[in-house]
Amino acid sequence: MSLYVDIEKKLGSFCLQVKLEAGDETLALLGASGSGKSMTLKCIAGIEKPDRGRIVVDGEVLFDSQQKIDLPPQQRRAGLLFQNYALFPQMTVEQNIRAGARREKEQNKREAMVQTVLERFDLLPLRQRYPHQLSGGEQQRVALARLLVSAPRILLLDEPFSALDSHLRFRLEREVRQVLREFGKTAVLVSHDRSEVFRLAQRIAVLDDGQITAAGTKAEVFRAPRTRAGAVLTGCKNISAAQELEDGTLYATDWGLTLRAPQISPKTAAVGIRMHDIRAGGGENSCRCRVVEEIENPFSVVVMLQPVGGGQPIGWELEKALWETLRSDEVEVALPPEALLCLED
Amino acid sequence: MDWFPLYNSIRIALISTGIVFFAGIFTAYYIARTPRLVKGVLDVLFTLPLVLPPTVVGYLLLRLLGPKRVIGAWFLQMFDVPLTMAWWSGIFATVVVIFPLMYRTARGAFESFDETLAYSAQCLGLPNSYIFWRIRMPYCRQGILAGTVLAFARALGEYGATSMICGYTPGKTATVSTTVYQLWRTNDDAAALRWVLVNLAISFVVLLAVNLLEKRRQKGGA
Repeated sequence: MSLYVDIEKKLGSFCLQVKLEAGDETLALLGASGSGKSMTLKCIAGIEKPDRGRIVVDGEVLFDSQQKIDLPPQQRRAGLLFQNYALFPQMTVEQNIRAGARREKEQNKREAMVQTVLERFDLLPLRQRYPHQLSGGEQQRVALARLLVSAPRILLLDEPFSALDSHLRFRLEREVRQVLREFGKTAVLVSHDRSEVFRLAQRIAVLDDGQITAAGTKAEVFRAPRTRAGAVLTGCKNISAAQELEDGTLYATDWGLTLRAPQISPKTAAVGIRMHDIRAGGGENSCRCRVVEEIENPFSVVVMLQPVGGGQPIGWELEKALWETLRSDEVEVALPPEALLCLED
Repeated sequence: MDWFPLYNSIRIALISTGIVFFAGIFTAYYIARTPRLVKGVLDVLFTLPLVLPPTVVGYLLLRLLGPKRVIGAWFLQMFDVPLTMAWWSGIFATVVVIFPLMYRTARGAFESFDETLAYSAQCLGLPNSYIFWRIRMPYCRQGILAGTVLAFARALGEYGATSMICGYTPGKTATVSTTVYQLWRTNDDAAALRWVLVNLAISFVVLLAVNLLEKRRQKGGA
């Protein structure tokens, strides 16, 4: 029903320092590879041991370095879904799931649980197969079934779709979303895919080099990432170093533009704007730009704009049809102040 | 033809392989969890019999188990059981000689094990003994099986250390390999040849078994 994590772990020069809280919801840890996402999950599950800190699930202390509490993984009841699903290769689908149900000591009950979950995940036709005879999607279904039959208190999903082909992801994502909804308790999802996180989670924490740089509801984190890393991870492609000028405007060094922005703070070191937030035509923060490249996407086009007077190009994403009406060598665009992200380093 | 040497050889080889099967597996499993320095030293120690001449192993065993040496004398006094020059002495020699074969192949197998399988099993609440016997061992089955067969084959052929610690007493401590030597030494060429043929037949059967196991494994998948 709840998760509280406040841990520290040093690994060579890497330092993981994470503080998280979540209720009956899905919390996503969004971060690049090597940012410490998976390590955090392993610490919660009890596979890795933090140097310091405290982990509490549903009011039960799983780890507390001061009280010298460190429950073994078996007693933590944290259902961890591994990236490669970690199905036992020498067991059939049914045996794998039966192994997951071994916490239930009563034979009849256990068998009923196994049959229920086999049915729920459409695994009855596959029950006699071995993991290497299954497709990636089927393996994930078996892994999820095995996880749920073990009656975990919390679900931990480590990059659940990374091992799958892209055309499978969308379908399995729906399946995982359904599982999360049925589970109804705390789940932590680790991912580097911002859209996946946006679709599956209610809360997001952005992890960068072992530190949490942004946390909140997904709306908050996506609308206003506080840091450069947060902006990058939530999909902001246009970022420029910036400094505040005396008149309260912001000078974007890489682009050579002076911009008005509403949320400049003394810590502001960069400014960003999402590719689809740029508007055609004049207005506040407008500038003339030379078109240096057009990149066609299936349903939109990205136009690379170089502000007149030099500077790094800015990407602008717009509807193909709209671009057809605007196309020329030089265009006037505006960077609306309310769309600008003032970022710390 | 007196079949005792064959019976004795198989008896010694079976018991020794049984002992080494468990000892080698557990040593291989636990040595992976020791600090690096300890691991290095123990690894050398456990592999040593593989490169030592069997006569050196025999000599060292006699120094330990002989009737006038510490362990041997104590056993003789407490249980009235001699540890040398009896058929079971061959077990001591064989165990020491074949241990490295089992230990090293088991260690190689364990090192190839995907630890995330053990982690996920722990998270599912499976006890460590279950993980060892039902997940780790089946996963490493091929390597362990290969090590066991190899150890058994080597046990059947063990000569040097065995002849030193068992001697050669017909009907008591004679094994196939010591019998071949004894018959050749006493110029009984025809009898020696018979035992050589027996030896060849055994080796042939063992290697055939290894190949059949290999084939079945490939067919069985996983």
